[in-house]
Amino acid sequence: MENTIICRCSDVTLLRVRQLIADGYTSMDEIKRITRLGMGSCQGKTCSLLIMRELAAAGFPPATQTPQTTRPPAVGVKLELIAKEAENNEKQR
Amino acid sequence: MITCELLVIGAGPAGLCSAITAAKSGASVVVLERSPDIGGQLIKQTHMFFGSKEQHASTRGVDIAEILREEIARYDIKLMLDTTALGIYEDGMVTALYKEEEYMKFKPGAIIVATGACERFLAFPNNDLPGVCGAGAVQTLMNVYGIMPAKDVVMLGAGNIGLIVSYQLMQAGVNVKCILDAAPKIGGYLVHASKVARMGVPIKTSHTVKRAIGEDHLTAVEIVALDDKFNQIPGTEEIIPADTLCVSVGLTPLCELLAMAGCKLSYIPQLGGMVPLKTGEYETSVPNIFVAGDTSGVEEASAAMVEGHIAGLCAAKRLGHIPEDFDAQYSSLNRQLMALRSGPAGEHIRQGLASACLNKEA
Repeated sequence: MENTIICRCSDVTLLRVRQLIADGYTSMDEIKRITRLGMGSCQGKTCSLLIMRELAAAGFPPATQTPQTTRPPAVGVKLELIAKEAENNEKQR
Repeated sequence: MITCELLVIGAGPAGLCSAITAAKSGASVVVLERSPDIGGQLIKQTHMFFGSKEQHASTRGVDIAEILREEIARYDIKLMLDTTALGIYEDGMVTALYKEEEYMKFKPGAIIVATGACERFLAFPNNDLPGVCGAGAVQTLMNVYGIMPAKDVVMLGAGNIGLIVSYQLMQAGVNVKCILDAAPKIGGYLVHASKVARMGVPIKTSHTVKRAIGEDHLTAVEIVALDDKFNQIPGTEEIIPADTLCVSVGLTPLCELLAMAGCKLSYIPQLGGMVPLKTGEYETSVPNIFVAGDTSGVEEASAAMVEGHIAGLCAAKRLGHIPEDFDAQYSSLNRQLMALRSGPAGEHIRQGLASACLNKEA
């Protein structure tokens, strides 16, 4: 289990996830806050279904689980580009 | 900020068809596509499609993409390639990124989200070794970029993607050692399974991967038989030398933009995971946000194209562009979908879609 990767972005193993679930972290958002799982470049596309399955095996069926909170942006953006867009907006006004 | 009537996110089969039908109805359309080219997964599909004439049956996926490209050019449709939608906000604003060069904002009258699906992953020891790949990724390397992706492959998953990619790997001269599936029965169409079986590839049902083996790169795959409760049977392990393990264990809808927008989602296993609830006009729980294709339930490209036409028709109607024959078009498209989903192969889709139905009046 220590060589089985659940989150490729942040290198979180199956062992770590099972320990956390046993410790009482029983939602995607809770596990995310401890491990940063789901916060990397794939934004949870790899791990979220695997976590759902682990939680289901621990007695929390998918229908009762709260999915992770998803927020923009979907991929990384340079702050410089956001600043440029804001400047253009000001000019348009 | 760019204002537009209809913003379509995704230029795969569903997105392109929705743009074409909405534009035909009179809407002006902007399409965002994160890839450098249109067509989505169609451009790597070198096999001929099933279905009926309306969905280009007996035509190769890659040729269908060309047909759609010609159609797009005839209408008021602005294509923005290399442009990734980043978010949909409460006020209906959409943000996007062009390459890594420009950050943009859009204010559309209506949105159709047609972002498709992504490959599922599996948990097994050493699953992060180089050489462990998604079957779809291998297919992209091979059919889109012309790169020989592997020498010796173990394919995990005997669904249609696993079977078709195995066949195409063999066409490219790759040695496919075996195809595994945890289920006791082959999931894909038997016509595809027979083709690879005739070429001498063993399809091992009730088998899975126990672990990937290798130091810096995959060198072998340890496989194991499963009992009828999917438990590994000790003593049945076998080590198969291979440089690539293709994981083809299904797709899951990409609906993160819908989640950001606050659309009601539900876990529906028959549709591949979390999916948006939608009305008969393909509108989500958030007004003016529509969906089409794999984003709202994993199926195949033929159904995605028909769903695209329906979403395009209905989104255009919302914007005030109602063709005289709206009812006839709408019912004809729904009849096409019913035909595609008929029979035992479509049963899980029919069940799943019934659970994803959103009744706004209720």
